[in-house]
Amino acid sequence: MENRKVNAVIVGAGAGGGVVAKELSVAGMSVVLFEQGDWISYDDHTNDELLSQRTTVLGNSCGPDDKRYRRVNVHPDGSSHIVLPSEGDYNNNAACVGSGTVTYGALAWRFMKEDFRMKSVYGHVAGSTIEDWPISYEDLEPFYEKAEWELGVAGEDDKNPFAPPRKRPQPMPPFTHNKEASLLKDAAHRLGLHPFSIPMLRNSVPYNGRPACYRMRTCIGFACPVNAKSGTHNTVIPVALQTGNCELRTQCIVSEIIVNELGAITGVTYFDKDKRKKTQLADIVILSAAAIETARLLLNSKSKFFPKGIGNENDWVGRNLQGHDYPQAFGLFKDEIYDDFGPGSSIAVCDFNHHNPGIIGGGYLKNAFIRLPYGISKVRPPGEKLWGKEHKQFQRMNFKRIAEVHGPYQQIPNFEQRIEVDPAVKDFWGIPVARLSGKTHEEDIKGCKFMAEKAEMWLKEAGAVLTWSSLGISNGVNAGQHQAGTCRMGNDPKTSVTDKWGRVHSTPNLFVADGSLHVTNGGFNPALTIMALGFRIGEYIATEWNKGNRFK
Amino acid sequence: MNNQDNLSRRRFLQLTATGLGSIYLLSQCSQPFSKWRFFTNAEARLMDAIADQIIPPDEWPGGRESGVTNFIDKQLAGPYVRYQEEYRKGLLAIQNSCETRFRKKFEELKWDEQTAFLELMEAGKMKEASWKDEFDKTFFALIRDHSMQGYYGSPRHGGNKNNVSYRMLQLDYPLIIGQNRYKS
Repeated sequence: MENRKVNAVIVGAGAGGGVVAKELSVAGMSVVLFEQGDWISYDDHTNDELLSQRTTVLGNSCGPDDKRYRRVNVHPDGSSHIVLPSEGDYNNNAACVGSGTVTYGALAWRFMKEDFRMKSVYGHVAGSTIEDWPISYEDLEPFYEKAEWELGVAGEDDKNPFAPPRKRPQPMPPFTHNKEASLLKDAAHRLGLHPFSIPMLRNSVPYNGRPACYRMRTCIGFACPVNAKSGTHNTVIPVALQTGNCELRTQCIVSEIIVNELGAITGVTYFDKDKRKKTQLADIVILSAAAIETARLLLNSKSKFFPKGIGNENDWVGRNLQGHDYPQAFGLFKDEIYDDFGPGSSIAVCDFNHHNPGIIGGGYLKNAFIRLPYGISKVRPPGEKLWGKEHKQFQRMNFKRIAEVHGPYQQIPNFEQRIEVDPAVKDFWGIPVARLSGKTHEEDIKGCKFMAEKAEMWLKEAGAVLTWSSLGISNGVNAGQHQAGTCRMGNDPKTSVTDKWGRVHSTPNLFVADGSLHVTNGGFNPALTIMALGFRIGEYIATEWNKGNRFK
Repeated sequence: MNNQDNLSRRRFLQLTATGLGSIYLLSQCSQPFSKWRFFTNAEARLMDAIADQIIPPDEWPGGRESGVTNFIDKQLAGPYVRYQEEYRKGLLAIQNSCETRFRKKFEELKWDEQTAFLELMEAGKMKEASWKDEFDKTFFALIRDHSMQGYYGSPRHGGNKNNVSYRMLQLDYPLIIGQNRYKS
């Protein structure tokens, strides 16, 4: 049976797609929301350290699986190899309803004003495509607020002097600190820094029919057993489904955007869960598959009208792939600092985000989420034994004496860090896979060194008797879950892929609504920004649609 | 199992192995009595010795007793199927090197000799041809990492028997505040 044509097809039910689906269906538009994975719950994998979204040694608990998915990774010397989703080089994002928002750490950052004006603030950077966004913080502010209230955020932005201005406080009170975070908070004050409780897309009190967080040890990498974490899967997507206007089609792989004989976009082809190839027609197509897969889908949609892939007339699709470097420091304390009050990561400072001499951008610093036993088995000061009797003793002695401070350094975008489609390797469905190449800009090294030093300083002040650090820069592509930038938005079609509404320049009815749009990626976890963009783009499409604009 | 059963099983496995060319089935073919999924009995004895070197028994059980070998064996027949060849080749190379150097199996060496042997592997200082291209280093790093997963990871994967590492680190599971399943 043929699928009924709908107003809008959305590809990907993650941070961006889930929000857009809600905005359109509430406004009365008919929507099909595609998701490659399925619904997932805590019971599927509990809090198994080896099979999670964070430590993926035995696989990704929320997908994608190692059997059907592949990517190709190109090394700095030009050689390449096939990577599986459970391997770090894959730069994975979860394949399930809600995607990364099911298992993320749920940090709910607004980007700072400067993050939208990186070129104006820092000027041209050699070897980089650093640029201003076509929209300002002020343009996005109402949508940050919408995201905070509709999904649910706890925080105390009034304690962060570097936070951008807001009209309304976050809806829930901030999270309290465990022993480690309290030590770090006092130390930050002594250092003249400005600590505050991290904004979280997690309930500090019951909110929107879901209970408060009960402070488990495990959180990041796992689905929440009590649904205290706010993702699109337990907020906006259920609202969209409840309207009756949105059909969520899970376990479907969208393979191509289809174009009619006049060159107009008419929908998508996809494989259903039984690998049957099908067509879904729609007036509007919205891509929210995250930076790597959204770009791959555009590049795989070749026709006589779009010989290099849709939106790729000027070779910008897939370029400027960014994530975050993660400079980190560990501190070993004399006394136990671990009190099993989860999940960690509650105290941060934004003092090292912008306006530090010689540093472009920067990032916030925070205490890390609680590390689990296998994770800690890899954490040792330089020169310490990595196995044997000493290693086991160290683990036993110090498991509750180690703290970690780290933060995301805002990567300096460069044209050569990119995704293409591989000419030879295909996935289970016969679709050419993403091919990742390039590396981080050398400016990152300076910034990460600066942040790692500050992290060590903070730990020392908190009482660490021994500290050590690493820059957290990968040798190759470093996109990870924070992947962004591959369909940059801009005013000039020659140097960007979409306009400021996320509409692909060369087409009237094709939109992007995910991290691909980010011109630069901020020194922050990008989830709330992706959601805010989703609200902005969704509202724009729905408003225009109800005014009679059919985007033709 | 009587002789005839054994023969027919062997024959069956040979046929299957010829048909599919699977390394997993081949291993079972050469060692029909192995109680392991991937390892031969001899390989498992060697694995036990290595696991104890990597996580030695002290006041708390070591790698062998806590089921590290079982964990790795289980994964090699599952998500780690891609490492099967490396293990088969690497374990053989260890025994060959021990044979050349000591005329003994690895597990027959004295404790300190075993430690010294693994330290050479870790440092990439094995001389025999089978270790070329830093295979000594990479194979040791692989076993070390997998052993840590077995000992410190969730017991549901076949290691960390009786929650040994969780108890050693004084971590309560399940993770609900106020509940401690280890206290009677």
